[in-house]
Amino acid sequence: MAVDLLDRKLLFVTGKGGVGKTTVAAALASLAADRGKKTLVCEVDAKGNLADFYETGPTRFEEREISPRLWAMSMDTEASLRQYLALQLKLPLVARVGPLAKMFDFVASAAPGVKEIVTVGKLCWEVRERHYDIVIVDAAASGHIVSQLAAPQAINELVQVGLVRQQTGWMLDILGDPLQTGLVIVAIPAEMPVSETLELRDRVAAETNVDLAAVVVNRVLPELFSRGEEDIFDQLEERPAAEFLDRALGGPARPLLDAARLTVTMRRSRTEHLERLRGAVDGKVPMLYVPYLFFRSHGLRATRQVAEALSAELGY
Amino acid sequence: MADRAGSIDSLLASKEIAIACGSGGVGKTTTAAAAAAMAAVHHGGKVLVVTVDPAKRLANALGLSGFGNSEKRVPASAFAAAGVQPRGELWAAMLDTKQSWDALVRRHAPDADTRDRILENPLYQNISGKFVQSHDYIAMERLYEIHSEGRFDLIVVDTPPTRNAVDFIEAPARMAEFFSSRLLRLLIVPYRSRVVNMASRPFYQVADRILGSQFLADIAEFFILFQTMYSGFVTRARAVERLLRDNRTTFMVISTLEAAPVREAEFFIDVLSSKKLHLGALVLNRVLPPYLLDDAAHLRAGRLVAEADVLAGELAAVIGADPSQVARVLTEMGDNFQNFSVVAQREAAQRSDLAKMPDVVAAVPEFDDDIHDLAGLMRLGEAIWG
Repeated sequence: MAVDLLDRKLLFVTGKGGVGKTTVAAALASLAADRGKKTLVCEVDAKGNLADFYETGPTRFEEREISPRLWAMSMDTEASLRQYLALQLKLPLVARVGPLAKMFDFVASAAPGVKEIVTVGKLCWEVRERHYDIVIVDAAASGHIVSQLAAPQAINELVQVGLVRQQTGWMLDILGDPLQTGLVIVAIPAEMPVSETLELRDRVAAETNVDLAAVVVNRVLPELFSRGEEDIFDQLEERPAAEFLDRALGGPARPLLDAARLTVTMRRSRTEHLERLRGAVDGKVPMLYVPYLFFRSHGLRATRQVAEALSAELGY
Repeated sequence: MADRAGSIDSLLASKEIAIACGSGGVGKTTTAAAAAAMAAVHHGGKVLVVTVDPAKRLANALGLSGFGNSEKRVPASAFAAAGVQPRGELWAAMLDTKQSWDALVRRHAPDADTRDRILENPLYQNISGKFVQSHDYIAMERLYEIHSEGRFDLIVVDTPPTRNAVDFIEAPARMAEFFSSRLLRLLIVPYRSRVVNMASRPFYQVADRILGSQFLADIAEFFILFQTMYSGFVTRARAVERLLRDNRTTFMVISTLEAAPVREAEFFIDVLSSKKLHLGALVLNRVLPPYLLDDAAHLRAGRLVAEADVLAGELAAVIGADPSQVARVLTEMGDNFQNFSVVAQREAAQRSDLAKMPDVVAAVPEFDDDIHDLAGLMRLGEAIWG
């Protein structure tokens, strides 16, 4: 690991739907802020979930400091374009007139890549202007992240001249610099998330110039029993021991045994997928493990717990 | 268990199209495939499942290992291996967005020259291959196509992962609106005639400055070509929309009981009702077993932890093992039960939060393995069927 994860300037956090991508992005941002970095966390898919992870009011395009050193925003492509036009092209008047929004809508629908570049552009710009020590992006899900990251390149190919074209060069420089930019893929130990992680790794390498900085494995179940203990557990399920437990506990021990068996089998099938991921990734890309949270699965408390787990994994 | 009315069994017996929707990672694909397999086994006839992105092993099990858009019959041997004899046939198809778009262009293009120019246009290739929203539309378009051929008794559709679950419902309307938009015509005008009126000139100047005139010309060419297919396209999009509203079509909302998917399911159920679309069933996947909610068992788990050492001393003699190891096993067992019972309680609360439930609600237990063959699909199917 050449660069410490949080020493990069721009981290895109992605993953298959349902694996906890936003939790990890929120936790990484909390951790960065705790470590003294001025941090911007940006939600790209405007589902409005990010705010729930900090239990603060809704986030908007305008960045807002939600806790010391931690700033949050939600991407709004139209607002981003307007800001860009006002800042870069010195078109303040035009940027305010109605047709622009419509034209943008139209062009953005017609030419894929435009919405993406306005998104990536805003984030790269925050990095270039050094407004923050680190920008952490709750990015598109694994199905769409490549087109987002590859947008500057695609635009370069599609648009031969014009101001949009002129802007793509410096973005590519930032995105392609592993000292500055990294991709974090979040997975859980299950078949599809692991497969998608490996496919995504290959696509990112082939179609973008962004460095894969880390793979976060979320919701790792604890190992209940060591091997010797599992032998004992097997015996507890047999009659003499089970009957003893029923008597001693004053009621059936079956639910307790069943629940333990469920955990053991779930953990075992998940371990297979984890091993597949580890075999393909470990040693090349840092892997960070986050345990399954029993007590709180969302909200600020869960974010804090994931941040603590990541902190330990990163050796802080 | 329950009577057959108000079950997925009777729902699928009475509908021709079932659309599975919900947020990513909740088991949409497997649920759609399991429902289709059950219908083929128990109802008979020809049942098709259209899937978007199945896990590799599941795709292999369904005989979808090759790429392509065509429907393939799931071999009888796969059912035999699962120990079932289906009354009907199960077919499966994968959705290939690019191929489906090409087929659409071939159907609607007025002549061979226009067709080829569209297919070769770089902008078209970009749209058909990468355009996220195009997946939504093409899935519905493909459904319409298959349904109108009348080759299947039941079609179960797995929907593509969308940013927003309603996207694909609105896709046909949006597509029609897009091609008939005033703005589209406005942008195409200068490339048709060189006369641009004074009022719209600043608009083009800005557009030129930002995007470059060559790119605008490319866009315009593409849309001029596309406009030749306009009426066919819009008629088609409207027909697709009608099909979604047809009373032979039903929607199955799939979710787990985690916070985010539940919120998305709630939202989706609201949208279906406001659009007067038929909400047929809610399928809750990976629900923890109900014994975790047993209060008495919870007390026993606490006791197991508190009295682990004492119990272990006696138990060790019964099974002939090291007492300290036995104590650890008992403690872990008790802890584990208490841990998962917290999760189960949270899930139960999520479930009661789903206020507007449809008549059919199916809860599927957490299986200890991924589903990758027909036997697995049938196991899941049995859980949702009654």
